[in-house]
Amino acid sequence: MTGTATPHSAPGRWFPVIGLEIHVQLATATKMFCRCEARYGAPPNTLVCPVCTAQPGTLPVLNAEAVRLGVLAGLAIGCEIDTVLEFDRKNYYYPDLPKGYQISQYDRPLCHDGRFAFELPDGSRREITIQRAHLEEDSGKVIHPEGLDLSLVDLNRAGTPLLEIVSGPDLRSPAEASAYLQAMRQTLRYAGVSDCDMEKGSFRCDANLSLRPSEDAPFGTRTEVKNLNSFRFVEAALNAEIERQSAVLDAGGTVIQATLGFDPDSGLTTQLRTKEEVHDYRYFREPDLPAFAVTADWIEQLRGVLPESPVARHQRYVGVFALAPEHADALVADKALGDFLDATVDAGASPGSAARWILSEVLRLANAAKRPLDELAITPARVAEVVALVDAGQLSLQASRHLATAVEGQPEVAVRELAEALDLLQVSGADELTGVVREVLAVEADLVARYRGGKTELFHALLGAVMKASRGKANPGTVRELLERELA
Amino acid sequence: MLSASSIANRVRAGELDPVAVATEALSRLDAREPAVHAYLHVDREDVMQRAEALAQRVHRGDDPGRLAGVPVSLKDNIAVKGQTLTAGSRILEGYRAPYTSHVAERLQAEGALLLGRTNLDEFAMGASTENSAYGASRNPWDTSRVPGGSSGGSAAAVGAGIVPVALGSETGGSIRQPAALCGVTGFKPTYGHVSRYGLVAFGSSLDQIGPITAHAEDAALVYDVIAGADPRDSTCLRGERPSAARAKADVEGLRIAVPEDFVDDSVDAHVLMRVSEAMAVLEEAGAIVKVVERGRLAHAPLSIPVYYLVSSSEAAANLSRFDGMRYGPRHEGDTLLDTYRATRGELFGPEVRRRIMLGTFALSAGYHDAWYRKALQVRRLIQREFEALFEEFDLVAAPTSPFGAFSMGEKTDDPYAMYLCDLLTAPACLAGLPSVSVPCGLSKRGPYKGLPVGLQLIGAAGEDHRVLATARAFESERGEPERCELFGGSAA
Ligand SMILES: [Zn+2]
Repeated sequence: MTGTATPHSAPGRWFPVIGLEIHVQLATATKMFCRCEARYGAPPNTLVCPVCTAQPGTLPVLNAEAVRLGVLAGLAIGCEIDTVLEFDRKNYYYPDLPKGYQISQYDRPLCHDGRFAFELPDGSRREITIQRAHLEEDSGKVIHPEGLDLSLVDLNRAGTPLLEIVSGPDLRSPAEASAYLQAMRQTLRYAGVSDCDMEKGSFRCDANLSLRPSEDAPFGTRTEVKNLNSFRFVEAALNAEIERQSAVLDAGGTVIQATLGFDPDSGLTTQLRTKEEVHDYRYFREPDLPAFAVTADWIEQLRGVLPESPVARHQRYVGVFALAPEHADALVADKALGDFLDATVDAGASPGSAARWILSEVLRLANAAKRPLDELAITPARVAEVVALVDAGQLSLQASRHLATAVEGQPEVAVRELAEALDLLQVSGADELTGVVREVLAVEADLVARYRGGKTELFHALLGAVMKASRGKANPGTVRELLERELA
Repeated sequence: MLSASSIANRVRAGELDPVAVATEALSRLDAREPAVHAYLHVDREDVMQRAEALAQRVHRGDDPGRLAGVPVSLKDNIAVKGQTLTAGSRILEGYRAPYTSHVAERLQAEGALLLGRTNLDEFAMGASTENSAYGASRNPWDTSRVPGGSSGGSAAAVGAGIVPVALGSETGGSIRQPAALCGVTGFKPTYGHVSRYGLVAFGSSLDQIGPITAHAEDAALVYDVIAGADPRDSTCLRGERPSAARAKADVEGLRIAVPEDFVDDSVDAHVLMRVSEAMAVLEEAGAIVKVVERGRLAHAPLSIPVYYLVSSSEAAANLSRFDGMRYGPRHEGDTLLDTYRATRGELFGPEVRRRIMLGTFALSAGYHDAWYRKALQVRRLIQREFEALFEEFDLVAAPTSPFGAFSMGEKTDDPYAMYLCDLLTAPACLAGLPSVSVPCGLSKRGPYKGLPVGLQLIGAAGEDHRVLATARAFESERGEPERCELFGGSAA
């Protein structure tokens, strides 16, 4: 398994041990301890109030929605939920931290002792431990404008609720770490607790890494690599750090416990501070917030409304919907796509046809419009109507493609009306078609004679003639049956 | 000076013009403020405008509220939008509060006229108001002496007869001790009875806002107005509080404990004498007074170290926000760290820096368990001992302060001597209990001769109304407290 993780310099010689800390912004409408809007992208310092700018005399008031999302997330990633919710102050100075302390959780995290399973790129399954997941508030941002000898602080983000998810030191390669991160993101998105958008900073990652000489040797000294804010960086940074530590160990040196940053331009990790400079956060219980009870009933209630996990959805698509595994993969990978399918099936469509049609036609419409699915005019209900026409043999797949564009373009017109207006509906009624077939056989008497004389390959020519006569609306299957009967 | 309740009654009845009340209070302030330096800021225009608006409210026939026309001064660590909020510190010089505290909202809603911002020890850390960055306040009984602290400005303003009511805040004794030293009533409510929203935090698990008044009945009236639920303070209890003003002021059958554990050699003999006389007054009125042998409140004598560890630890974190980054003056350095050092090192006074260092130390890795955690354990023991005592008694009585008003400068070189001022008040704070200090006469001899003594009454948690009703009963049994010359009346 560790073969996938070999450091570049000394293949197979050092075995990495990796743990990840993930910070997830919870998708609440307002901040964690005040009622300011929690939103990305607003002009600097427009989403602030006396509380989140730490004016003297202000006090935090807990946003219950942040706790609800925290519990949902904990359940989704297989954690136990503590029934007592307590907060602590984590003390440090930085201009983006208005109070000079962060309200966090220290010795009693909301979620603990989880087991999280995910799939590796080779298709094998891996399960690791989640040590803890705790609630805390996000900081603001310090901005260093280029060319100016000053720093600016934007406190819009200050007080946004975060869940910090700490994995056990269970990951054994950068590729595994990356797969874990992807699976974690998908799981949290499915649980509806966060949009997990790395570019907007709502999903961030720090990594702990140490090397050891064999898979069962004790752990070595670890370093922490901060702010791995894209999937690409995670693997690159971990590989770079493995290379750096390997070089130190190969040269007979010892790894120094330190915090490092990753520079994507150079592809190297650089030291930010060593153990001697490690902060003493002087945690103590937050006296401004009493302990809150998280009742077992409430936890069970939330477990009941926890949205389906990606793994469960995949199983359902293959097992119940009987979709091809590659179709299920595609539909699960993009939660919106799977949601669209489920809604279409709920509206009465057959799962297999709906899945095929969504993966081809709806995706084509979305790509053409360069818009997410939920911003398209076409709805699952209308897709269900189109799919029903196809399934009933009234619409060919080819014709359904023309119809898709019309359904998207004219949301106010009923699907059937559009199909009729565009003259796309197939004539599959045997009575109506029998007349057409007999007419064609009369006109093509010459062909019929040669067919009957043994030139059976002429069947296709006759079929084509009937199709042409029906101007493409005939159902080829029905035509075939009728022809065979008439020619017998 | 009229009591708050008589001002409010007369204003409501249309017999007294709030504009006249405000004008008189401001002229008393002009005459007496130079002697006591109780105020840091007075917004006269704002006071007069509000008085006029109130007069119109009365004129229209609207109910102007339970504190109609009552001038109330606020300690300068309680936020009122647009007003100063220095907390007695240079680090908040020029700062104006961008919002209004819960207590100020409640006072304004009941027609009180907020008149002036009173002086305090910097960030409420001190027992003499000498730690104010804006000059010490003085005791109206003897201006060579301190008014106590940290709410010394509020106590001096009431003691000098400038206003009938002021608000203070208390963490270890900062309402009751200056009230005792200035000969007025001071009340610290049960922790969680009055919202802290808008109070500059010192020790968050201890801080409470409370009234300082010239008359005991006014403390009950003001408590009724400012106490109550507030969703903006999560430690503020929900639900109704029983009215203190309407509680029966009856001491018949009241069981009062006088614990020996509270008193040691540091308590002045003449202070003890006045308190003994006060107990006789209550006994006369029907109370059952019993001395409680040493050991029932065995951990109360540890209150000073416990209090300073807990409050300083919380304060070290609470004061981290004063970094010059978002508001207040900033002393620039070459690096970020230099800027923090310059701003905080130069703008905080020595006592505040001492407490930040103490609190930071007590919470540091390797020391946390030995100091902070141990202090919390002893605090819990003190709470339990009080709980057990209140199973047998209704109230606990003791002196408020071990001694009377001391001379300015007497304790400024010895921080520990200053800390001992909280010896008798810190226990109720640590246990979160309601406690009042009422004047019980003047010291007849000794170093505090002719200076007021305060009787402290402590109730069980939530018994604020009973504590205040007893204070009212005591005052009516004993008669109007002695007043200093500056107050303008003298019963001495
Ligand atoms: Zn805010």
